[in-house]
Amino acid sequence: MAPAMIPSLRARDYLSDVKPIWCPGCGHFGVLSALTKALAYLERPKHEIAVISGIGCSSRVPAYLNCYGFHGLHGRALPLATGLKAARPDLTVIATGGDGDGFSIGGNHFLHACRRDIDLCYIVMDNAVYGMTKGQASPTTPPDWTQSALTPHGTGIPAFRPAAIALASGASFIARGFSADPHGLSELIARAILHPGFAFVHVLSPCRTYRPDDQSSWKQAVHPFGEHILSTAETAVDTPPGASTSTKLHVQDDGLGLGVLHEVARSQASTSATAGANPDRQAALDAIEAELEA
Amino acid sequence: MIWQNDNQQSITVAVSGSGGSGALTAGFILLAAAQRCGRYGLMMRSAGPQVRGGESVAILRIGPSTVTNIGDRVDLLAALDWRNIERFQDELALDANSLVLHDNAAGAVPSGIAASGAEQRPIDFGRRAAEHNGGRANMIAVGVLGGEMGLPLQALLDATDAVLGKKAPAAVDAAKACIATGHGGTTAGQTEREPSTAPAAAKRWRLSGNAAAGLGALRAEVGFIAAYPITPASEMLEWLAPRLERAGGTLLQAEDELAAVNMLIGASFGGVPAVTATSGPGLSLMTEGIGLAVASETPILVVDVARGGPSTGLPTKSEQADLNQALYGLHGDAPHLVLAPLDVGDCAFTVEWGSRLAERLQTAAILLSDQALGQTHAVIDPPPRCPPVLGRKGVSATSAQALTDNAIDSATDRAIDSAKPANAFARYAPSADGISPMPSPGIPGFEYTADGLAHNAQGTPSSSASDHREQLSKLMHKLTAHDYGDAWARIDRGQLADEPADSMISLLTWGSSWGAVQEATTRLREQGAQVQSIGLRLLAPLQHDQLSRAIAGTQVLVVEINATGQLFRYLNAERVLPPSARSFARPGPLPLRPAEVIAQLRLQRPQPDADENQAGGGDEHAGESLQAADVGGGY
Repeated sequence: MAPAMIPSLRARDYLSDVKPIWCPGCGHFGVLSALTKALAYLERPKHEIAVISGIGCSSRVPAYLNCYGFHGLHGRALPLATGLKAARPDLTVIATGGDGDGFSIGGNHFLHACRRDIDLCYIVMDNAVYGMTKGQASPTTPPDWTQSALTPHGTGIPAFRPAAIALASGASFIARGFSADPHGLSELIARAILHPGFAFVHVLSPCRTYRPDDQSSWKQAVHPFGEHILSTAETAVDTPPGASTSTKLHVQDDGLGLGVLHEVARSQASTSATAGANPDRQAALDAIEAELEA
Repeated sequence: MIWQNDNQQSITVAVSGSGGSGALTAGFILLAAAQRCGRYGLMMRSAGPQVRGGESVAILRIGPSTVTNIGDRVDLLAALDWRNIERFQDELALDANSLVLHDNAAGAVPSGIAASGAEQRPIDFGRRAAEHNGGRANMIAVGVLGGEMGLPLQALLDATDAVLGKKAPAAVDAAKACIATGHGGTTAGQTEREPSTAPAAAKRWRLSGNAAAGLGALRAEVGFIAAYPITPASEMLEWLAPRLERAGGTLLQAEDELAAVNMLIGASFGGVPAVTATSGPGLSLMTEGIGLAVASETPILVVDVARGGPSTGLPTKSEQADLNQALYGLHGDAPHLVLAPLDVGDCAFTVEWGSRLAERLQTAAILLSDQALGQTHAVIDPPPRCPPVLGRKGVSATSAQALTDNAIDSATDRAIDSAKPANAFARYAPSADGISPMPSPGIPGFEYTADGLAHNAQGTPSSSASDHREQLSKLMHKLTAHDYGDAWARIDRGQLADEPADSMISLLTWGSSWGAVQEATTRLREQGAQVQSIGLRLLAPLQHDQLSRAIAGTQVLVVEINATGQLFRYLNAERVLPPSARSFARPGPLPLRPAEVIAQLRLQRPQPDADENQAGGGDEHAGESLQAADVGGGY
């Protein structure tokens, strides 16, 4: 079907009729809205989009869209999306999920997806809590959060810093958005989809049910990225001498700065896959079989 | 000298040496030379776990007809040195009729080897190699062994070019000079004796089971592979990497097996047939993903080149002990396919069949190869293609076009809204054969979300009892309703009538044990016993009725290389075996030998069922003994 024949779709035309299971006031509603706005803005036909997710509240997104989608295993959205994109480079592949799915059980895949720098857009809705299993600490939960019955003294572990780790791992596009700012977020998502490489969009997306007190302040605390720089004394890592501006920003990032945090040309020209062109398959097989006689 | 391992006039030779001595290279050249003389052959390798510097042994059996196992014993051993030879004492199976060629410069023959009673003949491999610039002892051994095996010098030299082709010309020349020297010192070399006149060179292949499995993937038109390195499966992936590229496919090295299996699911969701290879520990990590493939009805094939277990186990050695995991490892009720190739060439057949079945049935297939198949190199007739299997059930592009056209016609917002019953396409709609059409992304009008959560026919997550029942029934029905034809097993009945006779013995096995079992069958038959052998290729879903018919009225011995009788227990759980059936199950890693099977028949005389408190008796043949127990002597 020629693109010209596809009617322009409005944001809501990307929504399915499945009603979200999210709690009233959940930040994820804003992310879903921003995502559909971005898709409409980019005029991507629904059938050329595949949205891939793992398990968790935010991983329900594919069912709420009427694109192609896959709601897979906890933590495995990125490998599934990677396989799809490697096999079908013609598709727009978007992975969505949460902080537990992406940074804890799926943490290794996050590192290697950044390294691999394949052309994916990965949207993580970070509310620093496991919502679907009813309120346990996640990798981005502050160490002194004592509201979970599972860790009544807090985790005692410094919070995971997704943007800094994405940078260290080789992601070529890193942005941070806020679910209460769907317009700004949709612009970040659109840029991430357009970026020809691994594009990580870290979204602050409050959980009204399990983190009502801590995260209601985000609305006041967020700021354009680069405005508030932590002093070295407040950061876990010293800025190495001679570090680039970008590196300094990430090392001293307070986690609330919004915007595009990092954007470079993709680290490699093609995917890391061993990928053939598209030759005569049967001829190739015949030649390979003939070689077995030698 | 005529070497006789059995009535097939085959010969089994071994080359052993410490790391860097080139024992395996010597074996490869001998195997390639046999190929050039119209012989069949098979070479197993046994090595310690060292990456470099480890000792290894190559054991080859060469014969005039298809060789499917390593035989009962080693006729001829060329020991390049004796370092850590005791590690291989069990594999070497020397006896008083064996001949050991050894280099006195490497020290005395170790007591364990001498105790076999084998004849010892010193050959100064090292000194004779030193006569040639760059010469190596292993190439002298190739010449000597080739001569003793009756392989002509020219075949050895041609084989050297084929095997060492990528080495520097000087190294190849030195190797050839050594081979000629070694060959000249043998009876064959001195008398110019030609081997049994080579049949006009039939088209014959030399490859490993791992390569054959890779070939099966290419034949199945697999377009995507993702995998994590693991012994002994890596060679399948390394064989495929350049060849899949030539065939237009894509290969990704994953960060772990969890990623690999999910990458497969992603590619397959995209419409591209996908395969991975792993071994036991990797299969454990992939198991959750295999369940997702089953639940989301996304076809994938996982090849398990099994090694000894449990846990990290015996990475370089074989065992058939992953059957339970392949059958039962997935949580929940997760109907899927389990297949096993029966010999090196059958790896191509079964991988192709398994991938095509997975595609057709939109399910996960686990294929159980093992180290004894995967890392064994063989000279074989080209393996046949698998029977035709219909491809993935897709959607009609025409109707997709129609759906999109409707959307265009109603191009007002309101019309689009009303035409937006999302997930209107019922991806998981029940059907007569249980298979529902699976569109690939990119086709307009069929957008759907695949799900590992219990779902309704549209794919929307649903915890309703009726949806669960409907979808589970669909998953089970599509596997059992499919007609798998005759490929479910290989049955060797010899010249017997179609129906098994009373008092016949059935040797029932699977996977890599087939070769030794089938040879045992042939030998027993030549001694007058009524024996058939059955090798199961499709383990799940079990072809219950066909198997029942095949073994009806016979005395059954179930043979497998694991300690707990996994196949025996499975078949009993399926209530397909008669109460008199017996199990011969022993752990790996030693390869199964035909004489072992015959000896087991002698040992395992079944008792009448009345003595055993077994439920479900009433088999009229149950009281009969395994007749072959009396005729299987001589080994």
